[in-house]
Parts: sequence; structure tokens; C-alpha cells
Amino acid sequence: MIETPSDSALEASPQITELPLWKQEGATPFLRIENVTKKFGDFTAVDNISLDIYKNELFCLLGGSGSGKSTLLRMLAGFESPTSGRIIIDGVDMSGIQPWKRPINMMFQSYALFPHLSVEDNVAFGLKREGLGRTEVKQRVAKMLDMVQLDHLGKRKPHQLSGGQRQRVALARSLVKRPKLLLLDEPLGALDKKLREETQFELINIQEELGVTFVVVTHDQEEAMTLATRIGVMNHGVIVQTAEPHDVYEYPNSRFVAQFVGSVNLFEGRVIEDQPDSVRINSQEAGAVLYVSHGISCAPNQKVHVAVRPEKMRISRQQPDQQENCVCGVVEEYAYMGGLTVYRVRLASGKEVRVTQPNISRASSERLTWNEQVYLFWDLDSSVVLTA
Amino acid sequence: MSIQTGSAWVDGSGSRLAKYNFFKRVNWGRVSVFSVPTLWLAIFFFIPFLVVFKISLSETAIAVPPYTALLDWNAEDAYLSLKLNLGNYLFLFEDSFYIDAYLSSIKIAAVSTFFTLLIAFPIAYLMARSKPSTRALLLSLVILPFWTSFLLRVYAWMGFLKKNGLVNEFLMSTGIIDQPLIMLQTDFAVYIGIVYTYLPFMVLPLYSALEKMDMTLLEAAEDLGARPATSFFLITVPLAVPGIIAGCVLVFIPAVGEFVIPSLLGGSDTLMIGRVLWDEFFLNRDWPMASAVAIVMLIVLVLPIMLIRNSQGKEETV
Repeated sequence: MIETPSDSALEASPQITELPLWKQEGATPFLRIENVTKKFGDFTAVDNISLDIYKNELFCLLGGSGSGKSTLLRMLAGFESPTSGRIIIDGVDMSGIQPWKRPINMMFQSYALFPHLSVEDNVAFGLKREGLGRTEVKQRVAKMLDMVQLDHLGKRKPHQLSGGQRQRVALARSLVKRPKLLLLDEPLGALDKKLREETQFELINIQEELGVTFVVVTHDQEEAMTLATRIGVMNHGVIVQTAEPHDVYEYPNSRFVAQFVGSVNLFEGRVIEDQPDSVRINSQEAGAVLYVSHGISCAPNQKVHVAVRPEKMRISRQQPDQQENCVCGVVEEYAYMGGLTVYRVRLASGKEVRVTQPNISRASSERLTWNEQVYLFWDLDSSVVLTA
Repeated sequence: MSIQTGSAWVDGSGSRLAKYNFFKRVNWGRVSVFSVPTLWLAIFFFIPFLVVFKISLSETAIAVPPYTALLDWNAEDAYLSLKLNLGNYLFLFEDSFYIDAYLSSIKIAAVSTFFTLLIAFPIAYLMARSKPSTRALLLSLVILPFWTSFLLRVYAWMGFLKKNGLVNEFLMSTGIIDQPLIMLQTDFAVYIGIVYTYLPFMVLPLYSALEKMDMTLLEAAEDLGARPATSFFLITVPLAVPGIIAGCVLVFIPAVGEFVIPSLLGGSDTLMIGRVLWDEFFLNRDWPMASAVAIVMLIVLVLPIMLIRNSQGKEETV
């Protein structure tokens, strides 16, 4: 068994109710980012971000390159200082506190293992700086290497390890000091797909076991989806949306988020009927009136986008019974991918729509092929209206 | 394995195969590439070394050249005699003068190497950490002194250090001292000369080692609780070790045999093997003795290098 990193984590555990901390009114955040801005010359890398992260969360900052996610992480670690704003960790303002004094450890994208030290010495490095006794250092290193299943490789040098093993050494090195907050910069970026999947679950297990708060930076939306308790989607130095993975995917709040997380079909249109719990949108692109079963706040006749995920659409040769949310097109391209087939359908307006269908039947005779006239339709609650 | 035929100590078919492969597989391009430096070393290093070694085993003679031949051919008796004189080597170890000269050279070279390292490290560190555009400028500044003759630069130091030189005049005029310091013709001046002259040879290998270093390693060390000074000694210095070794070898080896600097800047009591060598050759005209001094110096210098190389090679294969 692994010890809990601090006593406060133990005390906090009985209070955990059904609701996660970030949904509880008045819960104290563990990490508070207050109006943080970072400028490099004229360039604003991080633009007035405020964010609360709670204890035991695995928070993912998701964004493309240059979105400011790494800069934000480096400010948490103390390698960069904010141009303005404050970072508060566990009630302590971090301004002016040097990296080596922060209760934070970081796992670097390149792993940054010390090439001249053995695996054991790499892991022991942080503990020795704390001035711990030799036996305690040895015990804790052994325990940590045991946890990441590297106990047999302690004497090796980093260059004698595989990519996955190095990743685990880096993780062990950053966890062995029992930090209050662990920062991970693209932790799985250098691993191949299979190893990546395994390690994702390993990370979640370790996080749950140790009760450390994780902040993960990644550009990989799949990684963010599997790992995170909540995702903060970043673009141009701003957090565009902060929500649970499910909500980010199903209820994106902007075209950027919808397109960045997963793939999506967007239909431009104008609001023609605005009810409290439903909207009708006339879309020339779709060549139909689209119906969305949730209300929005917008001006009449406002230009909006209707977002439909490819897997939420159904495709058929026969015209379906439903009148709403049904468009007509021609199969332009399709790709059989085993579990599912991806179709590219061209609508009369020239708009290209992406549809994915699970291959439920084995018979190939039912499969649609090029230039077939098809109907695309989706449920009334499957689409989202995006005003931003 | 049972021995059946004369050639069977090596497996018969194997040796045929080896022969076949040898002619087929010799990469003549590679051979020609290697043969040029090999020939160069043979002609300009190994053969002269043998000549010097030969002279060191002969005796002085009043002749041209001033030493006896090793081989003596007596035509009457058809008698070829080889006469090896080991007396020069024995004398080297009998007379404490030579041993003192070796030890003193090694001491002066070691101390100078240490100070060169001490001065070169911050320079190389700064160069490696500066912007790429600034780096090129700094690099050319380090190499710039080579554009002037080495001899001129040593003479310039004489001008600085002499009794009424720049340093003394400055210190006197500011009132820090009222008597001129005697710096020229002391060991101090020799140290200054060696450190100044060999500084670039230390800076360049250090720079190339430090420049390769991944800066995130220092961030990782800080993140794990190491102060900048700690991470310098635990991360930067160990990773610069190849550069430190290369720089020290490049400074130490020529410094041991240095002749110009001790004779121009040093005093009469500055004992260095390079000067002894010069005196044996040109004042005493004792070529055999001078050759013996040179051979022993070579052994003293080459052995440690080979040991270092050996240990490095082992480390890499581990």
C-alpha cells in the first residue's frame, strides 16, 4: 500500500460526498489561478486566466501548440513568473517563491532524466536535497520503483532504458517527493499508441492511490478525455471552456472547442424560431430547417452554427420517417475502418458532411458505395447550437 | 577439437572462408582514408621518435653529428657490433637535477592547468548560455589572440610585468604600493604566461561540452529542490567532464614541455624540462642526453593519457 502524501488528504476524505468538489458551492480550491497574464515582449502567451483546481483532481489543460498551456504550467512550477496575477497553492501565494521551494513537482515532456545518474540516483535526487537519511531515501526509492515496476532496473543509466521505462522513471522521480501538486507536460507524448493506453490507466490508478492533485498539459484530446476529471480547453492564451470530458465533447461552448475536441459537422444558419426549450434554425448549408432541443439566448435572426458529431448521424438509402433534421446528399467517399465506416457525403449546397457508422452487419451487400443518394438524419437532442 | 591435419588448428573450411572474405570484403575506400593519417603519423611522428630514441642510446662525440653510431662494422674481422649506451637514462635518475626539473615542470603545468580551468569555465559557461548570435562573436573573441604571433604576446606580458611596466606604474600611481613589485622572472610570471596562452585550448572543449547540455535538466534539478549552486555541481559539472578532461589534456601536455614562456618570463631558478632540453642540445651539445630527456618526458606524458583514454573507453562500453 502507498501512504497518503499528507495528513490533510486523510482528513478531507470523509467530507467527499456524491458531488465532485468543483460542483460544490463554496468548496475551497486547492490551486487558484487569479487573473494570471504572461507577456513575452509584445506577445501575450497567457491572457488573464482565472482557474480553480480542487484537491485530488486530474485537470487537463488541452490546447494546440502556442495556446499558452505550457507557459501556464511553467508558471505553476515557478520557471516563469506571471506578468500580473497570482497563483495560490493550498492557501499560499506562490509569487516570489523559487521553484526549489515549491511543494510542486513536474514531469517534463522530454523526461529530463539526468543522463549521468542511474535510475535509482535519479529518483533519489529530490529526496537527498531534502536532507533525508540514507536509509529512508533508499526505502522510499525502492518503494517508488516497485510501484512503477522498475525495481529490477535501478542500476541502469537512462540511455539503457526504453521510452516507456524512461517515462516511468520520470514519473517515479516526480512522485517520490510526495508533492501536493504534480505537473505533467505531455506525459505520454513520446510513447507509442499501445503503451500510451496502458500508461494512461496506470496514471489514473497512481493518481487515485496517492491522492495527489495532477495538472496535465496535452495537445492530444483523446489523452485528455481518458485522463481528466475536468478539461480546460485553451486557445490563444485563454481558457475557452472548462468542463468535464463528457460535457466538453457533448456540449462544446464554441466552434473552436467543438472542432478541437473530436470532429464535428457545422451548419451555418439563422434562428427562425426561438422557444425557451427549443430552437429552429434555417440553414442554407444543410438545405433544411434544423431543430435543436435546447434553448439559447440570442437575437432573432442571429447567425449561428449547428454542430452535429459524425457518430450521432445516421445514414440511409430510404427516406426516414422523421421530418426534422433530415438532409439529403451523395456519398462522395467512404473508408472502411473495421469497427466503423467513415462516409463523406456532399449535400446539394456543396457542403461536405462526415458521418461515421458502426459496422453492425457483416454483409457487404448492404454497404453504401460511391455516388449513392443518401439521407442523413439525427435525433432532435443530438445537436448543439453554437453562437460563438 | 581434435587435431587431424596440419592446418586443422583452425577449422579448415573456416580459414578458406576467411581468405575468400578478406579479398572480397576489403573496403579499399576505407583503407585509403585511414592510410593517409596513418602514413602522416608514421613519417612525422613515429620515425622521428625512433631517430631520437636511437640517439638517446648513443654516446657524445666530437663529430658531426655529435654522437657515436650504434652499429659498428669491422670489415677486417667481419664483425658487426651493436653498442647501446644506457648511461644517459641511468644518469637521468642519478642526478636529482633532472628529476627536480621533471617534477617542477609537472607542478607548474598542473597548477597552471588548474587556474586555466578555473578561468575558462565561467567563460565557456557564459558562451554556451548566450544567444546564438552572441555566441559566434564570443567564439571569435576567444580565437582572436591567435591572429598575433605567440612570441609577440609573451613579449607583451614582459612589458606588463617588468619593474617599470604597466602594472607596477599603475599600482604606484594609485598609491597601492610604493615599491615596484618584482613579477617578471618569477614563477608567478610563468603561471600568468601559461594560463594566458593556453586559455583558448581550455575554453573551446568546455564550451562544446556545455553547449550540448539540455537546459531542462537544470530546471528538473531545481524542481526537485536543488538550489542553482547545487544543480551546478551535481548536474552541470558532471556533464562537462568530457570537456574538462579534453581541455586539461590540451593545456597540461604542452605546458609540461613549454620552453618559450619559462625562458622569457621565468627567472634563472624556474626549472622546467623544456629549458633543460634546450640547454642540453644547444649549450652542452650533448645530443644523446637531450634525447634521453625527451624520451622520458614523452613517456611521462603519454602514459597518463593512455590511462585516461582507457578508462573512458571502458565507461562507454559499460
